[in-house]
Amino acid sequence: METDINSQDRKDLDKFIKFFALKTVQVIVQARLGEKICTRSSSSPTGSDWFNLAIKDIPEVTHEAKKALAGQLPAIGRSMCVEISLKTSEGDSMELEIWCLEMNEKCDKEIKISYTVYNRLSLLLKSLLAITRVTPAYRLSRKQGHEYVILYRIYFGEVQLNGLGEGFQTVRVGTVGTPMGTITLSCAYRINLAFMSTRQFERTPPIMGIIIDHFVDRPYPSSSPMHPCNYRTTGEDTGVTYPSVEDSQEVCTTSFSTSPPSQCVFTVTKAHFQTPTPVVTDTLRVPMAGLAFSHQLSSSRLSYQPAALGVGSADLAYPVVFAAGLNTTHPHQLMVPGKEGGVPLAPNQPAHGAQADQERLATYTPSDGAHCAATPSSEDTETVSNSSEGRASPHDVLETIFARKVGAFVNKPINQVTLTSLDIPFAMFAPKNLELEDADPMGSLHSDGSSGGSSGNTHDDFVMIDFKPAFSKDDILPMDLGTFYREFQNPPQLSSLSIDIGAQSMAEDLDSLPEKLAVHEKNVREFDAFVETLQ
Amino acid sequence: MNCRSEVLEVSVEGRQVEEAMLAVLHTVLLHRSTGKFHYKKEGTYSIGTVGTQDVDCDFIDFTYVRVSSDELDRALRKVVGEFKDALRNSGGDGLGQMSLEFYQKKKSRWPFSDECIPWEVWTVKVHVVALATEQERQICREKVGEKLCEKVINIVEVMNRHEYLPKMPMQSEVDNVFDTGLRDVQPYLYKISFQITDALGTSVTTTMRRLIKDTLAL
Repeated sequence: METDINSQDRKDLDKFIKFFALKTVQVIVQARLGEKICTRSSSSPTGSDWFNLAIKDIPEVTHEAKKALAGQLPAIGRSMCVEISLKTSEGDSMELEIWCLEMNEKCDKEIKISYTVYNRLSLLLKSLLAITRVTPAYRLSRKQGHEYVILYRIYFGEVQLNGLGEGFQTVRVGTVGTPMGTITLSCAYRINLAFMSTRQFERTPPIMGIIIDHFVDRPYPSSSPMHPCNYRTTGEDTGVTYPSVEDSQEVCTTSFSTSPPSQCVFTVTKAHFQTPTPVVTDTLRVPMAGLAFSHQLSSSRLSYQPAALGVGSADLAYPVVFAAGLNTTHPHQLMVPGKEGGVPLAPNQPAHGAQADQERLATYTPSDGAHCAATPSSEDTETVSNSSEGRASPHDVLETIFARKVGAFVNKPINQVTLTSLDIPFAMFAPKNLELEDADPMGSLHSDGSSGGSSGNTHDDFVMIDFKPAFSKDDILPMDLGTFYREFQNPPQLSSLSIDIGAQSMAEDLDSLPEKLAVHEKNVREFDAFVETLQ
Repeated sequence: MNCRSEVLEVSVEGRQVEEAMLAVLHTVLLHRSTGKFHYKKEGTYSIGTVGTQDVDCDFIDFTYVRVSSDELDRALRKVVGEFKDALRNSGGDGLGQMSLEFYQKKKSRWPFSDECIPWEVWTVKVHVVALATEQERQICREKVGEKLCEKVINIVEVMNRHEYLPKMPMQSEVDNVFDTGLRDVQPYLYKISFQITDALGTSVTTTMRRLIKDTLAL
């Protein structure tokens, strides 16, 4: 189209739009990772923070975005779209959102590229940061984990909204006019979250590693494990190493010029603008190389070590459910290009098997400024892989449990593994080996009942016949409220209450008191600050 | 130039007041803050980087984004805390409002003090409700969360209109446009005030007192 834009401005504009598109994808994908994002402000410009915003670049995501763009820029009829979808452990998937970066014909010829457009793009990114937290998919993505994961896909071309179901809503994030057209950023999101009526049970195994060490203590208990992955249907490239960022890294403009008060607003003389640029370009190449290098080192895949799971109470039931359906197929099957450089489909695999050892986590080593998202360290991988290795076939064991569920007080010798060694929830409460004779007379007074085989209680004074505790449900678990009751009717004495042990520990406690007091006194300030925050 | 004014209304439970106000104020300030300016010779300047962080609300099913500046967060929390206390102490219906005003300073000759010319005012009206059962509270959590999502969308829509913004100042005038007192970010000059409406609808303002104090203090 005809414009009065000169070539330097045109080049700048193209650069801005390109990096804006890349940053947009980063913001959207990072907002669906399932964890809180935190970046630091820096009063000194680093030269590599586009649009004066600290938005980290996940290399895989940049790579995917660049691949989708294939050197083009969003233009009329050619939009860049980021599709966010949800995939359950059973293989059902559903599109949740489509974020579109489009360009329309409405031009603003008067606008100043290097200044106004840049600042407005920055404002638009801030709006995007805010809006990505308010669409329904955000809350879903924060809870992703066992039951489902959130995936992303980037494509370029025509927007496809068919997958969003009926009555989807749109929200416009913002627009920025440029001499070449108006950039528009919007989101169309699904509101009908009911699943597809015809469930297609795929042959493929669940995409995520099923973790039954649900309550193993993990170093980072707060974050959920799942993260968006590249959702691919065909053509998986293998063993791709991502090109270092620096080859395409360009300097972002951080230098602006003010006009003397007498002139009109926003006039930026070219001389002012251009003078700093060459300087910036030359000198900043070096540090950015450093940045790029650190990205390369630390990134291999967009997967985070699953941290402690079981964020909500709803999760409690599920691990066992999944464990029952556990297959030993390697979840990595579904992973796109294995580990190196690929963006995996199953970010939770590190839980299983030897693969875990090879995992390198996508931590963005913050060069400056901390990335506050909890990215578990590699030692977490070890813990997980170790604990997962211990489990041979929980499936089998659980089967045994189920079979045993005959009566509450049946005394049947059990040839099963003591379930306490298994890491299933409430393993401790599962029907253990019953070696008690006293429950025998009750025999199979009741068949399957809510009370599964319970470990007999030597302290039973009377026998209850049909012990169905209120609110207990005959769930998948053979151990239930009834069992729990019986287990804990007579808890052992607290050790600290027993005289001799009590006395010992008391003495030790008293001895260590002075040291403790000294330490606390040193930290008085911290405590005060803490108390302040409570008020 | 006229000052544009935006009004938002929320109905929340007592313990949600702080978080709801912080969410709105931070969302507005996210859009109205830049990095620190560093002026170089010949009128050029560079801009620092603004970091952001997600904040989960404890009493509302909601997450908002704020700029990563503890100083700014503390300042907001302080005034929101005062507002919450005032609301609580007022008894009555629990109606109040907070105003976030962006202004420019215009130097006047002595002995007149500088003029503060507002160019954008955000008013958030709060209605505090009392809930009886836990179930109602749970529903309220979700409902208020949804409402705040709508408010954020409204705020973004206003921001996106690209209406008047003070022009970028020369170094000598930067304090007339921006609040340069913070270490890591630079919001436009702003002031926050609040008022509690008592049952009769007449406003018992603390802002008047504050305005008078400000003018006298020069």
